[in-house]
Amino acid sequence: MAKRLLAIILAAVMVFALAACTAPTGEPVDGGAESGLKPIAKEDVKVGFVYIGDINDGGYTQAHDKGRLALEAAGFECLYKENIPESADCEVAVRELVDAGCNGIFTTSVGHMDYTETVAKEYPEIYFNHATGYKTLPNMCNYMGRVIEARYLAGIVAGMKTEANKIGYVAAMQIPECIRGINAFTLGVQSVNPEATVEVIWTNTWYDPAVEKQAAIELLDKGCDVIEQHQDSPAPQLAAQEKGKFAIGYNTPTPDAAPKAYLTAPLFHWDKFYVDCVNRVVDGTWEPASYWEGLASGWVGLDELSDLCAEGTAEKVEAAKQGIIDGSLVLFSGEIKDQDGNVKYTDGMPNEDIYNMNWFIEGVIGTIDG
Amino acid sequence: MFRIIKKPELSPGRAVLSQILAILVSLCAAAIIVLILGYNPIEFYANLVKGALGSAYRVRATFNKAIPLVILSLGTLIAFKMKFWNIGAEGQMCMGAFGAAYFALNFSHLPAYVLLPLMALAGLVCGGIWALIPALLKVKFGTSETLVTLMLNYVALRWITYLQYGPWREVGGMPKIATFEANAVLPSVFGIHIGWIIALVLTVFVYILMTRTKFGYEISVLGESQATARYAGINVNKTIVIAILLSGALCGLAGMVQSSAVEKTLTEQFTGGLGFTAVITTYLARLSAPAIIVTSFLFAILLAGGSFLETSMRIPISMIYAMQAVIIFFVLGSEFFLNYKIVPRAGKGGAK
Repeated sequence: MAKRLLAIILAAVMVFALAACTAPTGEPVDGGAESGLKPIAKEDVKVGFVYIGDINDGGYTQAHDKGRLALEAAGFECLYKENIPESADCEVAVRELVDAGCNGIFTTSVGHMDYTETVAKEYPEIYFNHATGYKTLPNMCNYMGRVIEARYLAGIVAGMKTEANKIGYVAAMQIPECIRGINAFTLGVQSVNPEATVEVIWTNTWYDPAVEKQAAIELLDKGCDVIEQHQDSPAPQLAAQEKGKFAIGYNTPTPDAAPKAYLTAPLFHWDKFYVDCVNRVVDGTWEPASYWEGLASGWVGLDELSDLCAEGTAEKVEAAKQGIIDGSLVLFSGEIKDQDGNVKYTDGMPNEDIYNMNWFIEGVIGTIDG
Repeated sequence: MFRIIKKPELSPGRAVLSQILAILVSLCAAAIIVLILGYNPIEFYANLVKGALGSAYRVRATFNKAIPLVILSLGTLIAFKMKFWNIGAEGQMCMGAFGAAYFALNFSHLPAYVLLPLMALAGLVCGGIWALIPALLKVKFGTSETLVTLMLNYVALRWITYLQYGPWREVGGMPKIATFEANAVLPSVFGIHIGWIIALVLTVFVYILMTRTKFGYEISVLGESQATARYAGINVNKTIVIAILLSGALCGLAGMVQSSAVEKTLTEQFTGGLGFTAVITTYLARLSAPAIIVTSFLFAILLAGGSFLETSMRIPISMIYAMQAVIIFFVLGSEFFLNYKIVPRAGKGGAK
């Protein structure tokens, strides 16, 4: 009996320890184990990046590569590998960077996670960092911009602009990263326009201009007059412009892609994280944490509002931004209902549940399979 | 002005010699471009080889590309010999891997010696069925197999994407399919996964099939002329269907090998475009099974070594892609000049 109890307690401890590793919070969480990594003198640091796309893709990878450029400007030596798929090729790429003498590795796509982990286990003296995943090791952290905060601000812009009270959302994949973004955006919309709804169409692709555009056109034909996107190309913005409607970008500012439609865009400022992170390697404060930081740390932001935004938008956005930064405005606080009106939380959601959200909040029109 | 005429057939020895010459010419041409771009061509090629063969790990990575290329090329060969332009190796590879993954994920309680053959069988069957669709469409309705096999690639790729993001998604929300259990992973022999033995055995099999059997002969005759084949009493439709079934089955097996031994899971990007590359390696091998081993391995060196140049010489990957394309272009281009010659056309009433 006592043995059994011990087993249960041990199991519980393990579960909590695991949760501590994987729970993304605003604050660095200790990975549970001493990293045992040694600080590296600035001139000896060599950073290697693994990119999923092209450094000139005008979107996701380019936003990461701005970080590489910022590191080089700060005097760090960098290498990078482009177009690395989420397959065994990723492991080869990481090893090539290690072979080339890199002692800090950043892998930037969710599917790079397991390959990064495999190599990280073999090289405990090298710092590994993986974006948008959840695994940590004593020498591997994960990081993600809390872009839901920028999406909330974008929701304010859209809520102020819409006249039809129908906003369309072209979204890539039915995964928490997209779902929590849709929900946060919807909260922003509702904060200024409780009447408005957000309708979602899934494209099942991160990057396919033709499919993205078709999805946007479908939403516009249904009467939506502002289009928000979780896609890597500006195609939804072009669709909005062609129909004389408005759109919000993503990842990288694209005011020139569809100047007659572009309102603003939630952005990642990966450069801020990369410089901070490598500096931590130099001064010995790097931790194998799960970083999920937003406006307050400057990791994410909203692009400059274009002249097309409704009057008074700038003030509302600024107020919300300050509120999020100083903590007076907390996303997903109070009572939260799902899209069928069932109360899911009576007094706010824990960070971890937000990160792993797989259901829509009230006001979102759309479905999630499985 | 000019006209193109076919040169008389070269003897096999001369043909091999001229092909080696073609590769040397292409390497020289690429070297000149490397030089113009401001890099040292000797260093370029040295790093290319070092990147592909410089360490045990890199040799393994090169084999990981060469093995599926050989199997895919063998599958493609059978179809090409018949002048059935199957450029659907990519899709057949996907479907083969899908079949194998189905058993790997759902029957992982079986011992490896039962599970692995089951996965291989599923790979063969699924790849074969996927190739059967364009074959039947061609036999029944005379559709263009080039177009149908090409389009079916994208259907298959999207099917894998659907599985990865939908029903086969691992519990926990991440858009990935679970890693295979150890008993669903092909073992290694001499440090390289057993796929190399499979590839060698299949090469012998295809070589014998194509050169020593009645069926192989029928395929060749059919490739030369359907009418001749019919006069000779060959059942044209039946031969097409069986040959393509075999072609697709081999490509499907390549998918099983790659997903089991290298990826140890299924991902939407696991093919790395190898199904398309196989079209080139098959063509360069002049539809000869043993030559496929050479062209596939050289191509794997080009792919694996090229990636290494990005870090060792800091050459942007786009430039490396361009260099790879230049090399292929020149090899294929010189193939043309070895087989054909351009002669001035005698003008109408002009000077002789």
